[in-house]
Amino acid sequence: MIAITLSVLIVSAIGAGLALLLVFAERYILDYGECEITINEDKQIRLQGGSSLLEALTREKIFIPSACGGRGSCGYCKVTALEGAGPLLPTEEPYLDKAEKEKGVRLSCQIKVRNDIRIRIPEELLSVREFECVCTRIRELTYDIREYRFRLENPDSMKFIPGQYVQVLAPEYEDSPEEVYRAYSISSDPALEGSIELIVRRVPSGICTTYLFDHLKEGDPVRINGPYGHFRLTETQAPMIFVAGGSGMAPIKCILHHMANIRCEREATYYFGVNTLRDLFMVDEMNAFQEQLPRFRFFPVLARPDEGSEWTGETGLVTEAVKRAFPDCSKHEAYLCGSPGMIDATVKVLNEGGMPVENIFYDKFS
Amino acid sequence: MNMTGELWQMVVVLFSAVFTGNILLTTFLGMCPFLAVSREVRAAVGLGFAVVFVLTFTSLLNWVVYRYVLVPLELEFFRFIMFIIVIATFVQFVEMVLERFSPVLYQNLGIFLPLITVNCAILGASLFMVIREYTFTVTVGYGFGSGVGWMLAITAMAGIRQKMNVARIPQGLQGPGITLIIAGLMALAFIGFTGVLQGR
Repeated sequence: MIAITLSVLIVSAIGAGLALLLVFAERYILDYGECEITINEDKQIRLQGGSSLLEALTREKIFIPSACGGRGSCGYCKVTALEGAGPLLPTEEPYLDKAEKEKGVRLSCQIKVRNDIRIRIPEELLSVREFECVCTRIRELTYDIREYRFRLENPDSMKFIPGQYVQVLAPEYEDSPEEVYRAYSISSDPALEGSIELIVRRVPSGICTTYLFDHLKEGDPVRINGPYGHFRLTETQAPMIFVAGGSGMAPIKCILHHMANIRCEREATYYFGVNTLRDLFMVDEMNAFQEQLPRFRFFPVLARPDEGSEWTGETGLVTEAVKRAFPDCSKHEAYLCGSPGMIDATVKVLNEGGMPVENIFYDKFS
Repeated sequence: MNMTGELWQMVVVLFSAVFTGNILLTTFLGMCPFLAVSREVRAAVGLGFAVVFVLTFTSLLNWVVYRYVLVPLELEFFRFIMFIIVIATFVQFVEMVLERFSPVLYQNLGIFLPLITVNCAILGASLFMVIREYTFTVTVGYGFGSGVGWMLAITAMAGIRQKMNVARIPQGLQGPGITLIIAGLMALAFIGFTGVLQGR
């Protein structure tokens, strides 16, 4: 008995000793001292080295978009490193194309701050802020889509370009042990700077949508950061085709608000694809835009109209409706928003209609 | 045994570990990384070097631990656990040192180190060295030879698999199927070395 206890103790002691060795090694070997990050040749940050560039920037309230939380699986957190980032890592390679590699674009979550680093990030990311908000209204749009209105408290207003998105923080709750950020497009009128609205479709067992649908109540505090994204109107006068599905309505609605605000006269046709009649929403709002904007037309497209219903609008897939209406769309611009499947199919149809790829803009929800 | 005799035995054990007793192709240890990382030669060589390095040093460390800790305390039966702990600590430690002092080496070798902790060839070599009662000097040759043998096998496999990218392989054999068949053929080829060396 004593022999057994003794031997277990000895082995445990050796194991603990080795673990202690590693702890000390981590403390003293991985000590990089104080490092400096220079952003856009202008702003300097001093910090203790050893963490990832993404973490370091987030601590300084500079928000680089990231959907995976620094695991190197989304490829959003790109920054241009001018100096001090070390050689390109195999974990970054799949997310960078040749032009980006030559320019020195890197994934900030994979770079460790080991020495002074000079980086360049888009100026607009410096205007990204964290906002404390209060959820003031939750509106059911369909059985699985809701509209959320957040009043901005601190800071109390946000300037954004119509088509951009924000990231919502889902805090820890029962089934989700850690904080995560998820991106949602802004759907509200950009002229109302004191609050924003988002359109969210429930994702079965999605971390953030479960939080928004089952836990968040009107009056609860919410944290968001933003705005992000390059999805926006061009400054040409080309006629436009909007194509959206489900919660892809959000950025298009925001763009339409903006067009109404500036009394935009561009020709615009909006195809909104849903499955059945019960998935359709915001028809009244869209009709109101048709009255305000002289050259805007709205066409909801039902993939499967219910038997015997009185639906007289477009039916079938949204891509087919676009194809029927625009056999030749080589002079148009297209703005697409929705699931990757819908977007890929629409891009294909538009290409067949003669639209060059550089005139197709999209925001993939995945 | 005198010094020259021991050195000679070390050389013999080294060569037999590379060829006749190749740890991968005769005992089929370390198969998972062998199949997973043998898609291209560059990665295979990188992993190979990391294995040589870790195998050599862990078998020496484990020799010391066995001889001067486990045997005096009569805890030989704990060698499985002990060896794994030593290997894991060593790999972690080396990873940290590389990351701090040699970023270039870390880029090329370091990313493979976590894979190696669970490479059974490493533990296998340490256990064989105990069973076969090698001395310290001979263990140097055995550890290094086993590593080189493992690297040789994975590099050859990666070369063959790169060629296979352009070969027409029957559908049912594509992927792991043909790879395992090739591993078998390579093992047969290595058996051809038997008798070349009079060592264990």
